[in-house]
Amino acid sequence: MHIVVCVKQVPDTKIIKINPKTNTLDRRSAPAILNPYDAHAVQEAVSIREKNGGTISVLSMGPPQATAVIKKSIEIGADRGYLITDRAFAGADTLATSYALSKALEKINKELPVDMVICGKHAIDGDTGQVGPGIARRLDIPPITNVIEVSEVNLKEKTVLIKRKLSSGYELIQAELPCLLTVEKEINHIEYSPMPNMIQAARYEPVIWTVNDFENVDRSQLGLKGSPTIVGKMFTPPRPEGGKKIEGSADEQVKQLMDILMEKKEVLTLQSSKQ
Amino acid sequence: MNFDEYRGVWIFIEQNDGKIEGVSLELLGAGRKLADKLQVPLAGFLLGSEVKPLAKQVIAYGADEVYIVDHPVLKQYRTESYMQGVMLLVEKYKPEIILYGATPNGKDLASAVATDLVTGLTADTTMLDVDVDSRLLEASRPAFGGNIMATILCKKHRPQMATVRPKVMKALEPDSGKAGRIIEENINLKEENMRTKVLQIVNDVTKKANLADAHVIVCGGKGMGDVQNFQILYELADTIGATVGGTRDVVEAGWLPHELQIGQTGETVTPKIYFAIALSGAIQHVVGMKNSDLIIAINKDPNAPIFDVATYGIVGDAMEIVPKLIEQFKQLRNEKGGEMSYARKI
Repeated sequence: MHIVVCVKQVPDTKIIKINPKTNTLDRRSAPAILNPYDAHAVQEAVSIREKNGGTISVLSMGPPQATAVIKKSIEIGADRGYLITDRAFAGADTLATSYALSKALEKINKELPVDMVICGKHAIDGDTGQVGPGIARRLDIPPITNVIEVSEVNLKEKTVLIKRKLSSGYELIQAELPCLLTVEKEINHIEYSPMPNMIQAARYEPVIWTVNDFENVDRSQLGLKGSPTIVGKMFTPPRPEGGKKIEGSADEQVKQLMDILMEKKEVLTLQSSKQ
Repeated sequence: MNFDEYRGVWIFIEQNDGKIEGVSLELLGAGRKLADKLQVPLAGFLLGSEVKPLAKQVIAYGADEVYIVDHPVLKQYRTESYMQGVMLLVEKYKPEIILYGATPNGKDLASAVATDLVTGLTADTTMLDVDVDSRLLEASRPAFGGNIMATILCKKHRPQMATVRPKVMKALEPDSGKAGRIIEENINLKEENMRTKVLQIVNDVTKKANLADAHVIVCGGKGMGDVQNFQILYELADTIGATVGGTRDVVEAGWLPHELQIGQTGETVTPKIYFAIALSGAIQHVVGMKNSDLIIAINKDPNAPIFDVATYGIVGDAMEIVPKLIEQFKQLRNEKGGEMSYARKI
């Protein structure tokens, strides 16, 4: 079984700082990490391989330093990695990104047929969750998003059983292989990497492809040119109109507030819980 | 691409088990404003099996038109079948704007459809507007963890599409007397061509905190000092029949479970009354609660940004103010015969 996991290098948004003068991202402030959801995607591929055997390839698009997240994926347990890197890919929105990644996947598929693609639910820098389903459409395989469990892979029947999270619970889905999954964090725990993996990762050099390595690629669908969405402007979110402050001593303030609440009763539909 | 062929604002009406999702009704309210500005009809489009009875509700909540694709294969949501239905409608009727709720299914569907239509899709929008001259949808969303907003435009492709977060837009008051047009489309789908099957749907009713539906919320911040002090917020909530929530800080400190977190990375809430107590009002928090009808802030720091958002603000120590509030409410409750209830003024 051949699983390809798509991973992205992202700035750690927990640490990230915004320059208040320019409203832009201070990239130096944030270390680049493997997108946390993608780490779960790699871990899930490792679990599936443990039960079913096979090969895990990791695919990323980004600048040359994104090889770091491929090495990190090798550490978690992936077998090999591909980085597609080219100025032609720069400025891609989700549509152009899914196009570039699908071209790389077609090439990987020729080397070794792909049974499953796994992505993180979304990247923590873009937060869109749109690239996974986009890749699935381009490869014409079914996407199953928000996956919280992969319970059974049947290689003979070429099917997989999946639990998918919904707004109000979850659903159990049977999908044909090949398919594409996007995974939630609760799907698994990232385990400590075994020492041999770490040594292997340190030595590992991923395969690097540029746009010239792809066949039948429509350059107008790549990068900024291939991106229908553009950022019109950035702004600090407007705050709702502030009201008035209630003045006076604590007792006076509370009394005034009670008066306001009583007077404003047309907006209140407050019911006591002890009815 | 001839942009003039594309007209109308469309809302994806997500239904599960014959019940319309709240976000779809909210989007009809938001879509109404866009359609009026552009002077075009507002349409809801509805896919499923035996969903025609829902059309009335879609019209009551603001739609002029309802497009329906009804087929047994569409009984449960699946990307592959639903997207075929959407593609059929969109290619035939060419709307200029399509909005979807940013639910698991809405996001999934919109992403797949955008790829096939080769058009732009903005994720998790929290503000919507339209420029009448250029007819461009201005879809704004929090970027970089909510510190700033980015307005995303799709200038060269149609339709313009966005997913919109639940609970940030307001539904209109339904008008059951409103007239509208219902258009049905036939689709040819075969179950044997589907590569996915939904075997079971499990509705988890216990897991969901009722924050999203609460009429009154008491939300506490790190300024409460410690978990013991935080308990008086439960007492206040108990007295007035409210639900307790907290900021991210409070959840990270372990005072509250994650499902009670209000804000960008937690729940978005729209209660009638929101008590914001001892919290500063970081923008990530404000995004999740600013659509509350009445916001009452209590904070020691007179410069806390929460006062810019609050309808009424009290500068003071929560540990002094809140017990007094509890006392007042309890007294009021006793006067009303042990039951506190504010009726809507007639």
